[in-house]
Amino acid sequence: MTSEKVVDFNDVVIVYDDFPAVAGATFCVDAGEIILLQGPNGAGKTTLLRACAGLLQIARGSANVLGCDLQTDRAAVRSRVGLLGHANGLFQDLTVSENMSFWSRLVGANKIDIDQAIDAMGLSGRLSETPVAKLSAGQRRRCALASLIVRRAQLWLLDEPHAGLDAQGRDELDRTLRAARDSGATVIFASHEIERAQSLATRCLLVTSGTVMPV
Amino acid sequence: MSQSSRKVSNTGTQATRVIGVLAIVVMIWVVVSGLVLTPADVVQGESVRIMYVHVPSAWIAYVAFIVTAIASAFYIFAKRHSLGFDRVAGASAEVGVMFMAITLITGSLWGRLTWGEFWQWDPRLTTTAFLFVTYIGYLAVRGLDGSTQQRAKRSAVVALLAVLEIPLVHFSVVFWRSLHQGATILDPNGDVKMDGLMLFTLFSGVVGFTLVFIWLVLHRQRTMLLSDLAIERGLDNAILERQNESARN
Amino acid sequence: MKKSMGKGRVVSAVLIKDLRIEARSRVVTNQVLPFAGLIMIMFAFALDNDDVLQRVAGGLIWLATIFSLFVIVQRSFAIDTVDAALDSLRVAGIDLSAVFLGKAIALTLQLMALDVVLIASAFLLYQVQVSAVGLVLLVTCVTCATTGLGFVGTLYGGLTAGTNGRETLLPLLLLPVVAPVLIAATRATEAAFGSGGAATSEGWAWVGLLTIFAAVFGIGGSLAFGPLIDE
Repeated sequence: MTSEKVVDFNDVVIVYDDFPAVAGATFCVDAGEIILLQGPNGAGKTTLLRACAGLLQIARGSANVLGCDLQTDRAAVRSRVGLLGHANGLFQDLTVSENMSFWSRLVGANKIDIDQAIDAMGLSGRLSETPVAKLSAGQRRRCALASLIVRRAQLWLLDEPHAGLDAQGRDELDRTLRAARDSGATVIFASHEIERAQSLATRCLLVTSGTVMPV
Repeated sequence: MSQSSRKVSNTGTQATRVIGVLAIVVMIWVVVSGLVLTPADVVQGESVRIMYVHVPSAWIAYVAFIVTAIASAFYIFAKRHSLGFDRVAGASAEVGVMFMAITLITGSLWGRLTWGEFWQWDPRLTTTAFLFVTYIGYLAVRGLDGSTQQRAKRSAVVALLAVLEIPLVHFSVVFWRSLHQGATILDPNGDVKMDGLMLFTLFSGVVGFTLVFIWLVLHRQRTMLLSDLAIERGLDNAILERQNESARN
Repeated sequence: MKKSMGKGRVVSAVLIKDLRIEARSRVVTNQVLPFAGLIMIMFAFALDNDDVLQRVAGGLIWLATIFSLFVIVQRSFAIDTVDAALDSLRVAGIDLSAVFLGKAIALTLQLMALDVVLIASAFLLYQVQVSAVGLVLLVTCVTCATTGLGFVGTLYGGLTAGTNGRETLLPLLLLPVVAPVLIAATRATEAAFGSGGAATSEGWAWVGLLTIFAAVFGIGGSLAFGPLIDE
């Protein structure tokens, strides 16, 4: 890695079914930043986050995440980022702790980390033995966040993490993201909770119609 | 993108025109010779003339699927995943499915005349039928939604899996028939006593069908290229439109 | 890069996850098993002749297995796509061939359980009989055939997961591919039952073919699954 840049997008175009969801996005993110992506629905925020996670093909332009070129080596970036999408990525028939131990086994996290994460998200005790299908939407979101925490990713990507959480959950989330930043990670998240998000973020980027500009 | 600077307004070139004219000449000869000049077979009578269509189309169908497999392998294993290979693979499979349909139709008509039945569970027939369905499935996979690269990757994998599958299907069917029924049905091709002109006509048929196949594949992969370019151009416009949209905000 | 995550650990995590979800939701147990059992009963109505039923029992068992395969494969991928867990698997940076193996083994075990029920129902409904040697052949045949079906089902299930029209595309793609399994497993099972005077020894060659099939799609699937489910 020659620079401190965690994300370096240059005139990036990403196509979904012949539609340029991202149409020439140029922006950089430095290590240790907490970036807020704001912008109207359909502006391309989700696409940008998924692209940073190495999930999407870059149609044009150059894109670098954590020193990996997304054009040629998308797979390399995946084990180093954590993505929380719109969906939670949980198995409905498994309990919270079973979901957690599944995801943490895949990424090689240890038991202490798991218990801590469950605790931090307020899911310990009876809740941890409840099938995810029986949880409320906010509780599922907490569970998804907990499984993101144990990944100890270098780059955190969160798509509307505040949605569905109660006030206490939002505080927990903000605290978690700040702690992640303090331990050396970088955070990019999209949110419509502008006030709360702006106080959390170190910098804001405005996404409109598939392009990115500073606020 | 690199091709978009070159002006591509039609799918014909000097080479395809030559191939096209040659194909027409050879096919006219096959029709005249196959229907008029060659004699009827001693055993099969006039029905033997189906052979001049059936055998070449079967040959072409198999060639087409081999071309698809090779182009797919090139797509997957070449460093630069060139969509050109994908287009050739797709074009060849489309033409192959058409020739395979002709093979099955002419084969069952011929079977009706020689065996008295439209269909026999003969290994070769059965394998061909499975192959036909397999490549219809391949074309369906090509029609799935997703980006062109995604389509190319998916269909290349399916094409290579089909190559693995064909010997398994063929072997199991051969094995199945040999255990439960001796090879009692007569082999229509092997049974015919062919004189020089008949052989030459059959050979001409193979050449003619091959030319038609090449002509069709060349044109088809170019129409695919054009539609890819059209998408690309549409994308250029869509990107501009989105950028203007954001500038207005 | 976390070097600690072994491939075996991913395989077992995925396998346990799929089986545990089935144990909880019982979709296969409560819906697919009765469906397969019904097929066996309907065949008995349709054919309505004990001699014929005894002779074709092997084929009916494997036809019912393959029809059930489509449903089980779709269920197997529905649990991963309903809440975009498949996305999380992609972004987890793990070896996707391990996911393939885990899911394939889970599918194989479910198919085995299904076949035990189907074969038992053939004994009950069709009055087939089996010798001790035949039983060894039968068990081997079921093992090899369900392994092959598990691999091929997972591979094509992954291909169609999350695409439009997968319910109709999956059978179209799978049916020609599983034809060798249908033929070979049917013949081996008939040999085990001694249907139509078939000798038990005849069955072993077919088991060989089933083994080749399983090996081909096991290797092919491990290589192809990752690129296929990737976007």
